[in-house]
Amino acid sequence: VQFGAFQHSCSNKIYLLLVRSVSVDLNNDASLVIDIPDALCERDKVKFTVHTKTTLSSFQKPEFSVPRQHEEFIWLHDTIVETEEYAGLIIPPAPPKPDFEGPREKMHKLGEGESSMTKEEYAKMKQELEAEYLAVFKKTVQVHEVFLQRFSSHPIFRKDRNFQIFLEYDQDLSVRRKNAKEMFGGFFKNMVKSADEVLISGVKEVDEFFEQEKTFLLDYSSKIKDATAKAEKMTRSHKNVADDYNHISGALNSTAADNNTAFKKHLEKYAEVFEKLRKLEDRVASDQELKLTELLRYYTRDIQAAKDLLYRRARALADNENSNKALDKARLKGKDIAQAEENQKQCLQKFDKLSESGKKELTSFKARRVVAFRKNLIEMTELEIKHAKVRRLKCCVYHYMFTRQCSGSHGKPGNLREF
Amino acid sequence: EDISSSSNGPKAEPMLLDHDPDDLFAEATEEVSLDSPERQMILSDGPSPAITPVTINPRADVFDRSPDQDEDEEENRDTFDIQISVSDPEKVGDGMNAYMAYKVTTKTSLSIFSRDEVCVKRRFSDFLGLHSKLASKYMHIGYIVPPAPEKSIVGQRLGRRSSAVTELDPDAKACLCCRYLLRTVKQPALLKDPDVLQFLESSELPRAVSTQALSGAGILRMVNKAADAVNKMTIKMNESDAWFEEKQQQFENLDVQLRKLHASVESLVFHRKELSVNTASFAKSAAMLGNSEDHTALSRALSQLAEVEEKIDQLHQDQACADFYLISELLGDYVRLITAVKGVFDQRMKTWAKCQDAQVMLQRKREAEAKLQHANKPDKLQQAKDEIREWEGKVQQGERDFEQISKNIRREVGRFEKDRVKDFRVVIIKYLESLVHTQQQLIKYWEAFLPEAKAIA
Repeated sequence: VQFGAFQHSCSNKIYLLLVRSVSVDLNNDASLVIDIPDALCERDKVKFTVHTKTTLSSFQKPEFSVPRQHEEFIWLHDTIVETEEYAGLIIPPAPPKPDFEGPREKMHKLGEGESSMTKEEYAKMKQELEAEYLAVFKKTVQVHEVFLQRFSSHPIFRKDRNFQIFLEYDQDLSVRRKNAKEMFGGFFKNMVKSADEVLISGVKEVDEFFEQEKTFLLDYSSKIKDATAKAEKMTRSHKNVADDYNHISGALNSTAADNNTAFKKHLEKYAEVFEKLRKLEDRVASDQELKLTELLRYYTRDIQAAKDLLYRRARALADNENSNKALDKARLKGKDIAQAEENQKQCLQKFDKLSESGKKELTSFKARRVVAFRKNLIEMTELEIKHAKVRRLKCCVYHYMFTRQCSGSHGKPGNLREF
Repeated sequence: EDISSSSNGPKAEPMLLDHDPDDLFAEATEEVSLDSPERQMILSDGPSPAITPVTINPRADVFDRSPDQDEDEEENRDTFDIQISVSDPEKVGDGMNAYMAYKVTTKTSLSIFSRDEVCVKRRFSDFLGLHSKLASKYMHIGYIVPPAPEKSIVGQRLGRRSSAVTELDPDAKACLCCRYLLRTVKQPALLKDPDVLQFLESSELPRAVSTQALSGAGILRMVNKAADAVNKMTIKMNESDAWFEEKQQQFENLDVQLRKLHASVESLVFHRKELSVNTASFAKSAAMLGNSEDHTALSRALSQLAEVEEKIDQLHQDQACADFYLISELLGDYVRLITAVKGVFDQRMKTWAKCQDAQVMLQRKREAEAKLQHANKPDKLQQAKDEIREWEGKVQQGERDFEQISKNIRREVGRFEKDRVKDFRVVIIKYLESLVHTQQQLIKYWEAFLPEAKAIA
C-alpha cells in the first residue's frame, strides 16, 4: 500500500515527499527494521531519512533516524565490496543515482513559458510537473530502501560495522567518503571489465552446481537486460500516448475558448474526457514502470552482483590451481617449499569458503528472485485491472451522459446544465 | 458541476467528474462503485444494444443516418431516412488503365429515389466529378458543398516528422467517400439534385472528363481564386452586417484550431501504433526470459505474461484504428469542410464586388447619358438609355444575388453549426464505446493472468 502527501513551495523549489512502502519479504525480522519514511529534494540533492527500529544491543538506541545522501549509500556499497571476508556473498547492487533530469527540464520550460501561458495552462503544467517529480521520487526511495533492507535481512551483513555506522552515525559521512572513493574507483573498474571474461573463458569447473549456475546466469543476464530495455520502451510509449491526450485536451480547450456557440460546452466536455484519459494513462505508465520495469532493472543489477560472486570464486579457483602448480614447482626445485605449502593451503581455504557461502547465497538468491517477481507481477496485474476498471467506468459515465443528450435539443442553455 | 436534480443520474457521477487537484493518489483511494446503474445499462455479458460491434469496421458508415432523433428538425428532414455504404474496393482492369471500383449501396424510403435499395459501382474519379458539378452549381450561391474526398493526405506531424504525403489505403478511401456522400445527401438542396440522384442510382455514369481539374487540389485552386479575387478588391467591403464579420473571424480561428487538434490526434495514432510495436517486442523478450528462467513456476508465469502482452498488442492496434477512423478522420473532414465554408464567405464577397462593379458601371452609363443629352446624337442617346436600363437591371440582380447568398450562408452556417455538434458527439460516443471495449478486454486478460502470477511458488 502506498499513499502520499505532497507539498511544495515554488519559490525556492523544495519538494517534500512522504512515501511509505511495505516490503513484504525483506522486513519481516523485527530485530532490525529499516525504512525510508521520507525524502527531501532540494535542487539536485536528495536527502533520504533512514529510519531504524531495532532490538539489537549493538545499537545505541532502539529507534533513530539519520539523513543520508545518495553518495553515502554508494560509500556503504563500496566499503562492503572491498571487504575481503564478504567475497563469498552476493553484494546488494548499488542504487542508481536519483535522476531528476526529466522533471527538471520541464520545470525549466515552465519557468520560461510562464508569461506566455494562461493561468489554467500554467496550473495544469505545474500539476503535471509535481506528478513527474513524485514518480521519480517513488522510484528512487524504493530502490534506496530495498538496498538497505537487503543488508538488514542478511545474517552476515546486518552485523557489519560500517553498516551500523551508516545507520547510526548522525554526522555526515563525507570525511570517510573521500578516501573510499579514491580507493575503490580503480578496483571496481577492473572487476567489472574482466569478470565475464574469466567466467566465460573459464577455468575448468569441478562443481556441477556452479557449472549450472554459470550457464544459467550468463544466459539470464542477457535476457533480462533485453527485457528491461523493451519494458522501458513500452513504458515510454504509454507516456507518449498520455502526452498526446494532454495535447488533444489542450487543443479542445483552445478551440472552445474561441467559440461562443453551443459547440463550446461540448468541446469543453470533450476536453475533460481527454484530460481524464490522460491522467489514467499516466497512472498506468507509472505503475507499470514501478512494478515491472523497476523490477527488471533491479534484477539486472542483482544478476550482475551474482555474476560478480561467481567471478570472485572463479578467480579463487584460478589462484588455487596456480598455488598447486607453484607448490609442485617448489617441490621439484627443493626451494621455498614451506612458503608454497602455506600459500596453497590459504588458497584452498579461500576457495572452499567462497564455494560454500556462494552456494548458499545463490540458492537464497533464486528464492528471493522468485518471491520478488511473484509479488511485483501480482501487484502489477492488480493495478492493471483496477486502472482498466476505473477507465471503463469513467468512459461509461461519459457515454451515458453524452447519449442522454441525443434526445434533447441542442443549443439551449437549460439542457446544457444537465452536464 | 451539478447534476440537475431532475435527472436520475447515478450518484457516482459527481465524485468522478470532480477535479481532483489535491488528490494525486485519487485512484488509489477512491471507492469505485462498479455496480452503478449506468454501468449495468451499457455493459452486459453479450453484445449490448447501446454499444456497436467490437471492431471498427472501416467499411461501415460511421455516421448512421437512421431516423433523426431531433425534436426541432427542419421540415424537409421529417422523413429523412437514407443509409449509404461504400464498400468492397475491387481492382478493375490491368496495367495503366487499372482502377479501384467501389460498391455504393443506398437504402432509403425517400420518394425521390426510384427504388428502396440500389447498388452501383463507382470509381474514385466519379466522386470527384460529382463534387465538381455540385461545386460549380451551388458554391456561388452560398451553399456549403462538402469537399471532395482526397486521394492522399498530407500529414502534419507535431514537428516531429516532416509532412509526408501518404496514399490512403482502399478501405480508408472507401470510408472517406462514404462520409462524403452522407454529408452531401444531408444537404436538403443537394439531395434533390439530379446529379446526386444519378450518381447514386444509375448503373452507368459518364466518365468524369479531366480528373486533374476535378481533384481536390483543383477545387482548392478554384476556391483560392475566389479568395484572390477578394484580396484584389480595390474597395474593401463595408461589412454592414456584424454577424458576417464575427462568423468569418470565428471560422478563421476554427481553421487554425482544428488543424492543431488534427495534428495532435495524428500524433496519438502514431504513438499508439508505436506502443503496439513495443508491447509486441516486450512480449517476445518476456517469453525469452521465461525460457531462460530455471524456476518452473516463474518460468511458466513469464511465458503467460508474454502471451497476455501479445494479446494487449492486438488491443493497441485496434485502439489505434479507432483513434484514426473515428477521431482523426472526423477532424480531417472538418478541416476540409472549414475550407469550403470559408470559400462560401469569399463567394459572398465576390458577389458583393460584382454588385459594386455593376453600380460603378451604371454610374458611368448615367454620366455618359448626361453628357450625350447635350450632344444632340439621338441614336447614341437611345443606346445610352438602353444601356442604363441594362445596367440598372444588373444592379438589381446583383443586389438580389447578394441578398440571396447572404441569406443562404446564414442558413448554411446555422445548419453547419448544428451538424457539427451532432457529428462530434456521435464520434465521441463511438470512441468511448471503443475504449470501453478495450478496457473490458484488458480486464479479461489480466484477470486470467492473476491466478498464474499467484501460482508462482
